[in-house]
Amino acid sequence: MTQTAAAFTAPKKQNYWTRLRRNFQKHRSLYLIALPVVAYLVIFKYLPMFGIVIAFQDYRPGKGVLHSDFVGLKHFIEFLTNPSASRTIINTLRLNFFSLIIEFPAPIILALLLNEVRFGPYKKTIQTLSYMPHFISLVVVCGILKDFTMSTGVISDIAVLFGVERQSMLGNVDMYLPLYIGSSLWQGIGWGSILYLATLSGADPNLYEAAVIDGAGRWKQMLYVTLPTIVPIMILQLIMRIGSMMSVGSEKTILLYSPLVYEKADLISSFVYRRGLQEMNFSFGSAVGLFNSIVNLVLLITANWFAKRTTGESMW
Amino acid sequence: MVERRTVSNRIFDICNYIVLALIALVCLYPMLHVFFGSFSDPRLLAKHNGLLLWPLGHTRRGYEIVLQNPNVWSGYANTLFYVIIGTVSRTFMTMLGAYVLIQKDFMPRRIIMMLFVFTMYFSGGMIPDYLLVTKLHLLNTRWAIIIPSLISTWNMIILRTAFAQVPASLEESARLDGAGDMTILFRIILPATKASMAVIIMYYAVGEWNSWFSAAIYLPARRDYYPLQLFLREILINYSTSGNATGGAGAAGLGAGAIADADAVEALIEDVVRYCTICVATIPILCIYPFVQRYFVKGVMMGSIKE
Repeated sequence: MTQTAAAFTAPKKQNYWTRLRRNFQKHRSLYLIALPVVAYLVIFKYLPMFGIVIAFQDYRPGKGVLHSDFVGLKHFIEFLTNPSASRTIINTLRLNFFSLIIEFPAPIILALLLNEVRFGPYKKTIQTLSYMPHFISLVVVCGILKDFTMSTGVISDIAVLFGVERQSMLGNVDMYLPLYIGSSLWQGIGWGSILYLATLSGADPNLYEAAVIDGAGRWKQMLYVTLPTIVPIMILQLIMRIGSMMSVGSEKTILLYSPLVYEKADLISSFVYRRGLQEMNFSFGSAVGLFNSIVNLVLLITANWFAKRTTGESMW
Repeated sequence: MVERRTVSNRIFDICNYIVLALIALVCLYPMLHVFFGSFSDPRLLAKHNGLLLWPLGHTRRGYEIVLQNPNVWSGYANTLFYVIIGTVSRTFMTMLGAYVLIQKDFMPRRIIMMLFVFTMYFSGGMIPDYLLVTKLHLLNTRWAIIIPSLISTWNMIILRTAFAQVPASLEESARLDGAGDMTILFRIILPATKASMAVIIMYYAVGEWNSWFSAAIYLPARRDYYPLQLFLREILINYSTSGNATGGAGAAGLGAGAIADADAVEALIEDVVRYCTICVATIPILCIYPFVQRYFVKGVMMGSIKE
């Protein structure tokens, strides 16, 4: 079958467009099916990329993209030199740093602990309960967090026991980040453990037997047999997490932050929303957004390259 | 896992069980607190400090207020619309995309795939997207919620992987019998990839249910089109605490004990109303979730497949 197909295809010498035309004439129905998909791709994914031009303009909706004045890197320079703008870079990095060191390992630890449970129903119950927060919408999670941390909320009540002054905790610039990370941890820990747990169930039982013969206790089995099983998937997850660093958290931040905590809470993405869309500085917002996208791309490529160099695992 | 019955083993197990139980409790408690709070007497709730282990007193007033709120109903109706229309159209488009991208006869499939993958890592961003929607006259229409996000590249790749695993011989024999592409897609490929289709449908439906941001951007002037999540945002997050006092202004002059007491309840009931709103918006989902959980679990696994 493949041989005949190869015989029918035109020789390599022919130009790409000629071959494409032949292919189109022969398989019109496939092109018809592809039409809406490609139209969507071009209009909604690639057309906006050309809209980025306005990042280098003083865009006026009345004048349109074609007739607005070019201003070069003005908006980028403004972003990087204005302290209340450039602090968003630090804030984004800070949030991601803490989120990585806390939210990334937590599901792995949970999976390792669950993996040690031999009593099926217990394991199942714990799993189901820990997945539950994942099914609550972000708006509701933020609503609950806001209620629990207002000055009369239950989390405030508990914090008072530890000597913290009674206050609206989300409005305190030093408490904002721990609450943000804590609530994300709450929502994501169980769900994040699924992947690792499934990978663990595929571990080779012979390895455990060998480990026991070598005198390894439970703790050592976990460290030297169980953990290495999930390392490849851990690295892939880590690369993906790093690749989404710059986009993560914008919705949650927009829901939770307030002018009281902008100093530490404002992210690049929430800044784009506030200054670009709410205050309608389209050009400035696009410039900051473009800066964000480029940093994101660079981070992803770097993380992937680094993982490939050190562990042989990579996304592509 | 091999295990020996030693003391250290026992201690390990006991500690492990306790730690896990605590984690599960922390995951569960906030929802319980909200649930108990939603039935509690607002006066007792206001005086109460710390954890709630049972409703304090009993009232259904909060639920009455929530169910009389027209926004909750119109939010639910709009969300239902977006979830149904959005999920059907997105699943259909994603299916078409996944189908053509596995066809060896479709010459530009590699380049289209590459163009899609690139959009996962780079995009125009929030503002060019917004300007596009404005230019297309979709702003403040229901279609602004659905059309700009018709295909999730991620879901399409998952589906493509599933489609590619359907034996090519099935497709070829159908073609020899004169079946067209649509027949092959709906009669051969879909029945063979039901589980993956279910995952994609779930992902789209839940994504739409939870979504609020595109509505916040694209429906600035149409409150009547707001999805539930956007009203929830108003009720749960963007409320002003000072608004509480306005409720009883009309009755303030009367000064009678009973009315003042009722006034106090009305002023304090805001907290209970918020809890009731959360329950009304969340409990239906939490009831469905045990039944669909396995599809999500499957989806997590499929998403981890390296291309």
